[in-house]
Amino acid sequence: MNDDPAPAVQFLQVSRYFGDVRAVDNVSYAIQDGEFFTLLGPSGSGKTTCLRMIAGFDQPTQGQIKLFGQDVTRLPPYERDVNTVFQDYALFPHMTVGDNIGYGLMIKKVPKPEREKRVAEMLGLVRLHGLERRKPSELSGGQRQRVALARALINHPKVLLLDEPLGALDLKLRQQMQLELKAIQHEVGITFIFVTHDQEEALTMSDRIAVFDLGRIEQIGTPSELYEQPATRFVATFVGTSNIFEGDIAEAITGSRQIFSVRPEKIRIMQPSSEVTNGKFYADGSIHNVIYVGMHTRYQIMLDLGQDVTVVEQNVEASPHADLSALGQRARLIWSSTANSSLAGETSYPAPATPD
Amino acid sequence: MSSLEDSPNIRAEGAKKPSLFRRFSTGLYNRPRLLLLFLLGLPLAWMVIVYLGSLGGLLVQSFFYLDDFTGLVVKRFSLQTYQALLTRAHLEIVGRTVGMAAMITLSAAVLAFPLAYYTVRYASRRMKALLYLLILLPLWSSYIIRVYSWKLILAKEGIISWVIGQIGLTGVLEFVLNLPIIGGPSLSISSLGLFIVFLYIWLPYMVLPILASLERVPGSLLDASGDLGGRPQTTFRYITFPLSLPGVIAGSIFTFSLTLGDYIIPSVIGDSSPVIGLTVYSYQGTSGNIPLAAAFTVVPILIMAVYLISARKLGAFDAL
Repeated sequence: MNDDPAPAVQFLQVSRYFGDVRAVDNVSYAIQDGEFFTLLGPSGSGKTTCLRMIAGFDQPTQGQIKLFGQDVTRLPPYERDVNTVFQDYALFPHMTVGDNIGYGLMIKKVPKPEREKRVAEMLGLVRLHGLERRKPSELSGGQRQRVALARALINHPKVLLLDEPLGALDLKLRQQMQLELKAIQHEVGITFIFVTHDQEEALTMSDRIAVFDLGRIEQIGTPSELYEQPATRFVATFVGTSNIFEGDIAEAITGSRQIFSVRPEKIRIMQPSSEVTNGKFYADGSIHNVIYVGMHTRYQIMLDLGQDVTVVEQNVEASPHADLSALGQRARLIWSSTANSSLAGETSYPAPATPD
Repeated sequence: MSSLEDSPNIRAEGAKKPSLFRRFSTGLYNRPRLLLLFLLGLPLAWMVIVYLGSLGGLLVQSFFYLDDFTGLVVKRFSLQTYQALLTRAHLEIVGRTVGMAAMITLSAAVLAFPLAYYTVRYASRRMKALLYLLILLPLWSSYIIRVYSWKLILAKEGIISWVIGQIGLTGVLEFVLNLPIIGGPSLSISSLGLFIVFLYIWLPYMVLPILASLERVPGSLLDASGDLGGRPQTTFRYITFPLSLPGVIAGSIFTFSLTLGDYIIPSVIGDSSPVIGLTVYSYQGTSGNIPLAAAFTVVPILIMAVYLISARKLGAFDAL
């Protein structure tokens, strides 16, 4: 046996069928201790089902789940050293904030003085001092979310599961909570497993991300790995936006029919007959749409080859005309060959028929 | 409003002037208070005039008294009738009725809760629809018919006796019927029979509020309790039960107050030991002692008031 410590969570060929529907289809991965690991994907991709199976609310139809090397596949939730922050917070409405947070301790018969001390500590950690006596109905959404977090963390679980906890918050509060969660994770030092459909959120917070689609994992990697080198069409288009080239058009640009993707910010818009140096690809076309988005400007170019391409440029020099003058102009798009990311031929849904 | 009608450029070409009904409905739309009055008018009238009014009339009657000599009601304020109420015999009647109501309420709650719990938490969608139907179905038939059906079922020649005879437990049945308080000549004329029929008739009224309150408990709360280390019985004790308690209390209000006042079931099934309902019936009927009947009626009202206030004080409605 190797000397590596057992991963915090291991999925071994786990499947979950609901009748004919394959919510989770033969999924295997390992999450290391102390990681901030995100399960990312659209609705119905199987990410929440996976989370529920780690918590114990759902059981796999096939396969094994291990926590720190121990097989927990058939263990009920109250016997796993795992706690969950629910999407609707699931705070007990008939108990005060203090009783909510102390619930796990109360069940374990921790004496009242110690319980109260630890509840106060937790409230400090989530920055909600002194709210022990309030009822959940008297709190704002952001406050309830922190209470849910405190309630889970007070039990010192080995793994914390978070099921889209920031979904109900408005943008500014959500961004603030993202950073706070990350800080708390570093302070507490345990494994966080986070479920979300928001790819920007995933990129911001995670050490590693598993991208789900239709019950399967498309790719696992660090945020930059996923973004810079997406392995499948789904990852390329779900995580950020991407320009995808295939078939004849791919061959015209690179000389090979291999499908590849290029991120919009990697492409430079140059004058029509600009020089193309070694190690660079190019394509000519006309700019037919210019959209100003404050921090950057988005251009859409129709290539002579017959494909629409999106290019994004930072508005480094603010101009009142915001380069709308570019509309209708001819341009040459140039990008480095290292910006190309080859996509696997087979994806989770069939690729559209390429014109022959 | 009139400007809307007079300005022709607002309406489409060729549109007719709005009908009377349409103008009325728009008028109501613009005057929400008037609309509320219309909506609530009839129910309010019923509540105030018919219900509260008649209750008030009853209360007033209880302060009159019956002249023993003439047999007529004397319409002058007096506490005589209440004095007549507070005799030992009368208090025994009240005690017996309250005791019975309490027993039936408790038993109904004990029976109804598992049924409701299963329906909400475990039943498949089709099973749930079937169970709802089965619980509600008895309410579609006449109350009197159901009571008389039970009389037949419980009778000496009825099916229960027959089944008990078949399995050889007749001795047990006779032993039970010979017990002092709950026994009687036969099941259909005994307190035990009374208890069974009351329980059957009121059960839907206990099940439905409990169903409603259990449905309102989000599944994620039960998941959360399990996640935090709570075994099923812990989750039930700290989460499910407290949150469904308002439903149990609501059901108990039905069963308790309905039992306190009922006179039909005791007259059909009971062994004619007096209860509040029968007593009120006989006082206003045969003896024409309306004031005393009215005074007796005040008793369940007071009991229910005390019950509700205590329930509220004990926090039964906190989870509402």
